[in-house]
Parts: sequence; structure tokens; C-alpha cells
Amino acid sequence: MGRLIEIRWHGRGGQGAKTAALLFGDACLGAGMYIQAFPEYGPERMGAPVASYNRISDEPITIHSAVENPSVVVILDPTLIGSVDVTKGLRGDGVVLVNTGEPAEKMREKLKLNGQKLYVLDASAIAMETIGRNIPNTPMLGALVGATEIVDFNHMIEDTEKKLQKKFRNKPEVIQGNLDAIRKAYEVVKAQKG
Amino acid sequence: MSEAKVKDKAAGGSAVPQEIAALTGNEAVAMAMKQINPDVVAAYPITPATEIVQIFSNYVADGVVDTEYVAVESEHSAMSACIGASAVGARVMTGTSSQGLALMWEMLYIAAGLRLPIVLADVNRALSAPINIHCDHSDTMGARDSGWIQIFSEDAQEAYDNTIQAIRIAEHPDILLPAMVTMDGFIISHGMEVVKVLPDEAVRAFVGTYNPKVKLLDVDTPRTYGALDFTDFYFEHRRQLAEPIAKAKEVIQEIGREYGKISGRTYGLYEGYRLDDAEYVIVLLGSTAGTAKTVVDDLRESGVKAGLLKIRVFRPFPYDEMAALLEGRKAVGVMDRSDGLAGLGGPLFGELRSALYESKNRPPMKDYVYGLGGRDCGPALIRQVFDELLAIGKTGQVKERFSYLGVRE
Repeated sequence: MGRLIEIRWHGRGGQGAKTAALLFGDACLGAGMYIQAFPEYGPERMGAPVASYNRISDEPITIHSAVENPSVVVILDPTLIGSVDVTKGLRGDGVVLVNTGEPAEKMREKLKLNGQKLYVLDASAIAMETIGRNIPNTPMLGALVGATEIVDFNHMIEDTEKKLQKKFRNKPEVIQGNLDAIRKAYEVVKAQKG
Repeated sequence: MSEAKVKDKAAGGSAVPQEIAALTGNEAVAMAMKQINPDVVAAYPITPATEIVQIFSNYVADGVVDTEYVAVESEHSAMSACIGASAVGARVMTGTSSQGLALMWEMLYIAAGLRLPIVLADVNRALSAPINIHCDHSDTMGARDSGWIQIFSEDAQEAYDNTIQAIRIAEHPDILLPAMVTMDGFIISHGMEVVKVLPDEAVRAFVGTYNPKVKLLDVDTPRTYGALDFTDFYFEHRRQLAEPIAKAKEVIQEIGREYGKISGRTYGLYEGYRLDDAEYVIVLLGSTAGTAKTVVDDLRESGVKAGLLKIRVFRPFPYDEMAALLEGRKAVGVMDRSDGLAGLGGPLFGELRSALYESKNRPPMKDYVYGLGGRDCGPALIRQVFDELLAIGKTGQVKERFSYLGVRE
């Protein structure tokens, strides 16, 4: 890997953008990488646009300023497109993942991409089907790993399972639902890679 | 609290094996407090320091620590309770930020004047008005003349390490002064990163137990604390505060070396980064140091002899060390994350200019007040400072002694 990978997550308060960044950071740490995971600093409000970030590297990370030129942008809520500049600073060789039911071509147009890679998946539908609620963060986590392969998928899902077991001790059905969502989204994106 | 942990491969030598955890700065400090297991914690929540005492209160509720947790109705009361508990001989800790530290202000002076080794975690945040919850160093700077030892942290690891060391520094028999350990609000307090965590037993062995020679709760030798002290003795008592402050530099370094033996991470009064042969040097405090290191690396690659001097201990201020390190450089840029509103830059600038007064080879120096209220300071802004330093180095002339960096004028 060598270089520093910077990821920006866009969502709305309550969709789990912060949790997704924490889960992803944790999984990468467990795989022996150096990590940062942080929310856009400030009070969070349900439904308001929020962002969170990851930095991943093989070497210690000392930089402590905002992520300006992400390699990867993950969009949990497509209704942000147009009101939030979701592709701001995106690197030319970057990757965008969008939770949407719309076809990739239409999304590419909306995002005005300049040759960056795009993956689309209906993570909300996957979440409804597996978890029973529209919480798109964990399926998008699976999609991120499928698209970038920054961390080994099996390692990530084992690590996430441990984290969820801790968080949802009294709701085992939530754990299985999330794990199914991650796996399903991972496979959808892997198929798009061809 | 993060669960992802792997065996530490990096800590070699005589250092004890450590767990690598993904922790926010607040989680790291709460973890240090858990391992220290203080007798009393009295605190009032305030963003962005709330999590420290929130997590710690869970440890209390779960019986993981033996601490008496005192929930109070304000920060003034929090520090008052800390003072009372410390005076009777307890090991005492608290955490706060910004307006909370400001509300403690009169009690901070009392804690120092009574020689009570209370350890406080301050999450650096701007002061009102206008209302702002984000990082700058104004809160800590407001307490800089209170007699507290002040230790700044660059990242979550340092916040953890400094918290553990602060106990030993404050309680050292030659010091007996309160100490505050700071970290940058949100940037460090809420950012999750890699932290090497010592085993509980290693921390407990390092901090030991607190057995003050003199304490209020000693019925055989009754004493009065904080008595009236007019023109007859007040001056003598305040004069005595200068002794532990003068001694603290040596003790802080001694404890920093001892901590290095168990952790593999040795601490001093400051950290120099590519400083030895540097011609252009930036001096600053806190998390921006990490960002500045990446800029120094980039400049070094393009042949510019750039360097960084990160100050860890702001009180007592390492005047002599700073003078020795900075004299003879081609140009020095000071970055202040608070505005002194003194008419000439921020507090760090004032200290450094004072430190260099006797130097025969004073470098040209400029102050940059930056990052107020959480304004981001990325590599581009730091690069801008170095660019100006290069220009200053060419002529030796400083046109403007201080300016504001990253502000819309």
C-alpha cells in the first residue's frame, strides 16, 4: 500500500457515517495498519448533512488537519448530491460509492465525474431486507471493502462482528442482519468490478 | 471503547508488552485514569471533554475502579471538591474544557497555593464570545500564571502518556503542584487513532501510591490550610511557589525518562523534529505539530532545511532550552493557537522572545496566530509560514512582527 489513503463518508445525522468510519478504521487497525477515524467535528443533528473521515497507511499517521483530497468518497444518502459538494477535492484516480437505486450512468452524470471510478448499489434496500431498517452504513462498509480491497474482507467482517456483539449484546438479530448486509453489498460491488 | 487490539510488535528493548488499541483522545485519557485508579474524581461535563468523565463514571459504576466519584453542579464546585479531597491526602483527578476551566479560575490558584497535586485533563477549546466549541488554546493560556504545571499533547498517545506521568510529576515531594494535561478539542479528543496501552499493573506500579507527608486529615497534628495571610507572610508563601516550579523542569525530564523505560516512549520538555541542522524552524504546541512534521518532510525532500520544535511543557516554560535551540537559525516562525490580545501576538511568542533576549545570535522571528475556534490548519497554511520564513531568512528583516494565519480579513 505504502501511501496514505484518505476516505470521506457523507451521510445524514443518524445514518451511521461516523460509526462506519470507526468500524472501518478498527478493522484496518486489526489488520496491522495505522489508522485515523474522525467525524466532522461538531454537534450532530438527526437528518442534517454530516461527514466523517478515515486515514489509512502502513506508516504512522501524524497529520491532524481535515481531509481535503480523498481517494475514496462514500455517499450514504443520494439526496445530499446537489446540496453538498460530495466530490469536492476528490483525487483524479479516486473512487466514489453511492447508495442509490439509480443506474450508474445517471449517477455519473449527476456527480460530474472526471474519469473516477464509480460503484452504485441500493444499500438502503439491502439494509431494509437484512436489518429491517434503512441504516445504510454497514452495507456501504461492505461495498467499500469490495471496491478498494484496502483490508481483507474476511478479516473486516470478523472484526465488525466482534464490535457489533459488544454494541448489540441484547439484540442478536441486529448483528446477523448487519453481517448479511455487509456481505450482500460486498458481493454486489465485486460483481460490478467484473 | 474499541476492542481491536493486536500484540505490540514495535515496543522492544526493556519496554513492557503493550496492546495496540484504536482510541479517541478522550477514550485514551479515560483509560489512563482507569489504570491510575485515583481516590477521588469530581467533575462537571462540558463539550468536548464530557466523554472523559462519562466513560470514567462508567468505570466507577461497573466497579472497575475504587474511585469516589463526586457529581457536582459546576466546574467551580468540581475544583472545590478536588481541593478538599486532595487536602485530606487523596489522589485526585478531574477533566474539563474552555468555559469550564474558566469557571474554575479562582480555585486553580487555590489548588496551586495550597500545593495540592491535582491532575486535570483539559480538552483545549475556544472561549466565548462568540460561542464556539472547537479547538484553540485560549482556555489553557488563561490559566498559565496560576501555578499549575501545563503539559501539551500532540495526539491521543501523548495525552495517554502525559496523563500517567502527570500523576508522578504533581505528587513528586519536591514539586507538590497541580498539573494539567491538554489535548486539542475534537481534533484529538474525538479522533480515533492508534494508541499503545500499557498493562494496568505497569501503570499502577509506575504511579505507585500517594502518601503525602503533610495532610489535613491528621488528627495528631492539626493544621490549617489556606489561612489568612496578610502583608506579614503572604509574600513569603507565594515566593515559595517559585521553588517547585524551578525544580519541575528536572523532575519532568527524570519522570519522562523513567516512563520511557517501561513504555519505549521517552518524554522531555520539548520534541525537536529534524531540528539539528534546520535553518528555518516553526515552534508550536499541540496537534498541529503532527501536520507540521509532514510539511517539514516535504520541504526536506526539496532541499529546504526546515525543522519543527514542539513544546511539550508550557509551564514551567523551558526558557534556557528554547534559547539554546533557536539561536543562530535563519528564521523562526512561532504559531500561537490563541491570541494574547496583548498588542503583539500570542503568549508563546512573548515567551520565546523573552527566552532569546540574552542570546548573541538572535534569529529573526515572526508570530502567526492561527486556528482560533477550530479553524483548520492544514499543510498549505504551514507551508505558507515556511515560505515567509525563507523570505525573511534571505534579508534577515521581519516586516511584520505578527500576523493572523488563515483568517479572512
